[in-house]
Amino acid sequence: MVLVLAIGDLHIPHRAPDLPAKFKSMLVPGKIQHIICTGNLCIKEVHDYLKSLCPSLHITRGEYDEDARYPETKTITIGQFKLGLCHGHQVVPWGDLDSLAMLQRQLDVDILVSGHTHQFKAYKHEAGVVINPGSATGAYSSITYDVNPSFVLMDIDGLRVVVYVYELIDGEVKVDKIDFKKTATATTHSAH
Amino acid sequence: MMISEGIEDEDKWLTAGIAGLQQNAFYMHRALDTNNLKDALKYSAQMLSELRTSRLSPHKYYELYMRAFDELRKLEMFFREETKRGCSTIELYELVQHAGNILPRLYLLCTVGSVYIKSKEAPAKDVLKDLVEMCRGIQHPVRGLFLRSYLSQVTKDKLPDIGSEYEGDADTVMDALEFVLQNFTEMNKLWVRMQHQGPAREKEKREKERNELRDLVGKNLHVLSQIEGVDLEMYRDTVLPRVLEQVVNCKDELAQYYLMDCIIQVFPDEYHLQTLEILLSACPQLQPAVDIKTVLSRLMERLSNYAASSAEVLPEFFHVEAFAKLSNAIGQVIEAQVDMPIVGAVTLYSSLLTFSLHVHPDRLDYVDQILGACVGKLSGKGKLEDSKATKQIVTLLSAPLEKYNDIETALKLSNYPRFMEYLDDGTNKVMANVIIQSILKNKTCISTADKVEALFELIKGLIKDLDENLDDEFDEEDFNEEQSSVARLIQMLYNVDPEEMLKIICTVKKHILAGGTKRLPFTVPPLIFNSLKLVRNLQGQDESVSGDESSANPKKIFQLLNQTIEALSTVPASELALRLYLQCAEAANDCDLEPVAYEFFTQAYILYEEEISDSKAQITAIHLIIGTLQRMHIFGVENRDTLTHKATGYSAKLLKKPDQCRAVYACSHLFWVEDHENNKDGERVLFCLKRALRIANAAQQMANATRGSSGSVMLFIEILNKYLYFFEKGNSHITLDSIQGLIELITTEMQSETVTPDPTADAFFASTLRYIQFQKDKGGAVAEKYEPIKFLVSITS
Repeated sequence: MVLVLAIGDLHIPHRAPDLPAKFKSMLVPGKIQHIICTGNLCIKEVHDYLKSLCPSLHITRGEYDEDARYPETKTITIGQFKLGLCHGHQVVPWGDLDSLAMLQRQLDVDILVSGHTHQFKAYKHEAGVVINPGSATGAYSSITYDVNPSFVLMDIDGLRVVVYVYELIDGEVKVDKIDFKKTATATTHSAH
Repeated sequence: MMISEGIEDEDKWLTAGIAGLQQNAFYMHRALDTNNLKDALKYSAQMLSELRTSRLSPHKYYELYMRAFDELRKLEMFFREETKRGCSTIELYELVQHAGNILPRLYLLCTVGSVYIKSKEAPAKDVLKDLVEMCRGIQHPVRGLFLRSYLSQVTKDKLPDIGSEYEGDADTVMDALEFVLQNFTEMNKLWVRMQHQGPAREKEKREKERNELRDLVGKNLHVLSQIEGVDLEMYRDTVLPRVLEQVVNCKDELAQYYLMDCIIQVFPDEYHLQTLEILLSACPQLQPAVDIKTVLSRLMERLSNYAASSAEVLPEFFHVEAFAKLSNAIGQVIEAQVDMPIVGAVTLYSSLLTFSLHVHPDRLDYVDQILGACVGKLSGKGKLEDSKATKQIVTLLSAPLEKYNDIETALKLSNYPRFMEYLDDGTNKVMANVIIQSILKNKTCISTADKVEALFELIKGLIKDLDENLDDEFDEEDFNEEQSSVARLIQMLYNVDPEEMLKIICTVKKHILAGGTKRLPFTVPPLIFNSLKLVRNLQGQDESVSGDESSANPKKIFQLLNQTIEALSTVPASELALRLYLQCAEAANDCDLEPVAYEFFTQAYILYEEEISDSKAQITAIHLIIGTLQRMHIFGVENRDTLTHKATGYSAKLLKKPDQCRAVYACSHLFWVEDHENNKDGERVLFCLKRALRIANAAQQMANATRGSSGSVMLFIEILNKYLYFFEKGNSHITLDSIQGLIELITTEMQSETVTPDPTADAFFASTLRYIQFQKDKGGAVAEKYEPIKFLVSITS
């Protein structure tokens, strides 16, 4: 059992002063094994904060990130799952599932995590999953109105992944759970 | 050399003194064991003669004294038993006075005196009075101080206090008081006089020694505070005036400082509160060099803690007008001590402020009054150079913020910003940061333009360059952190009312645009997004309702945004500016303001053409342009054509072929917008995809020519996926044949002998074919559509 935090589009300090206090008190060091961050942190302090939660930190570059060392896309293998990471501003039309599915095929990943729209989404697509953790600060977005702060925790266990969505609605944290199972055929498919 | 010899000599003298003392003590013990009173007196007097030495420093003398003190306890026991055996105390009292030397005689007299009081054969007050008078016989400071200390020690449990067994008709607490006060006065005189003994060149050493003896004198005040019978009235009418009289009259700095502090520490808080006037009136009468600020600070600290201890005591503070009295006293002291360093004055005001915040949390006028007085003291002195003083000022200014957890309170203090003028740049920044952190920590929302104005005045240390020669100590990391704090702060400036919010935005804009180019990349984005949030709030509201030209409306805000983003070009920060222009364009789109949106796009294009030259930056910029443009729905045909044409043109002109190819196929989406039937131009989509294919071909040829290999099969698979995308969306220009052709092209390409295997491309192609199979297996209309597509199974298995 591995816990993976998917988080992104914090836009600190351009659009929000800080993470919501409720999220900060939930995110404590030592609980999470990996962090995957879709980008737009935007400053070093936020990077350092995430690093303090968990040293295994994977970041792709959002269009407002100062740090030019973040790659455009990244793939990570965790247990039986191959994860792909991309901020998403490169994928036109923005937030379009079919276009993201193409990126998922291109990266050849089971789970694609992308951001940019500031709207939480989790689809089952073909044999894989496409996830958008939303904006952890509920930052302003030209794409999405009335953004609620959100992030995603993935509990990866064997061929199964449980996606927990934490959303802050009117000051209360709401948790939703989505279950995905990777079929054995999908794994054999990718083998030559 | 001299000093070390001196110390060695002293050790020798001490050793000799102890030896003499022990020898006589030995004989005294023998006499005590045999009940030989005569010998006991003889040897004890000889033993005590060792204390007559003038050669020891107070420290060493104390060691000798303690040994004598222990021996005298045994003698006292003997005297007590002697009286039980029938010897009268009065006889003993007479007898010990036969000792030849005065010092031993007085020690013995005190010892017997204590037995005498205990026997109650005479009134305690008579014995005490006699003893304290007799001790006048010793005028040598060190010997006198120790003798009187001995007297105090042996009598402290035998004072005629209330409830004590020694209280009687003739013996009252007044007698106890009188005795202790007299002993205190005499000891203080001896102590003060000590500084005049010996050569002038050893003055410093003497003062040090004198300081070591201070507790002997202070002990008397402690004894006074322990007397049960001393009630508030007696303290106010007798104890305090008499002690202060001695303190003032001795005209000695060391004694005055120590004793004032001692008074404050040993007597109870409620007494201080009720006698503030008397205590404070002594302050201006002290010697100019006395560190009165520390004394007063400690007094205020005690009273502050007392006030904080229980709400029940607060009414008494109001009743005695403690604040006014302390405030007056501080004013007088500062006025009287012209040479007091600034840090002293600031410390005093700081203590008074702490006191006021504890006792009168609701009296903001007191806080302002204190700040005003402190600023008054600073004025005319220019910038403060004293780092201790500036540190104190930071403490002083932070105190109200910590107390009220609310910057709004500080903004109401008219004297608060005046302080900033006297702080050096570094301290100004520190203070500005304290203020910002306080706001962020408490999540204080600053809700009016006036408050924002006042706040920016306070934190101007971080908002603009205060002086030009910063470069020598410029630390980029610190600067970035500071400016990030400012950016965070801008998020805290908010009012739900659009009119007021617009005023806030204008105020912030005015300040940040004057802040210098280095700060703009930090301060402009939060202002832009604050404004865009306001635009969104206004969106949908009927503009004609407000009617008034001056009221907040999106058009007006967009003008303001345009000017603000333009300022970034002076930095230059064109990549950031381009992103912000595109954000504004999209917001204008949502407000149905076509000309405004077009203007923002034009600005973004100008930046792209003229300023963005880095190839990586161009790729990101072009994707943002295409992504934004794809979402715009208000443009008429003409404007839309102009903008899409340009975007496609930029895409085809990127430096590297693969980047060109990807940007061009992304442009296909500009001509096919789902849910917008009038914006579905299948032909132009195909045109883009074909153009992308041509570029991919060119890229492949180039790769073949330069590296002898194909690197572009990836691009073909990407384009295939785009074909599938539009095929599925129902674009009739995308034919089955073209898809089939692409699949075959890729298959051939991959099986070609010259191609180096590319696992990434293999995987991508495999998953693409898998996708086609998936769609075929779905059933229904989709499956029918995909059915004719054929591919070799070998690829997938």
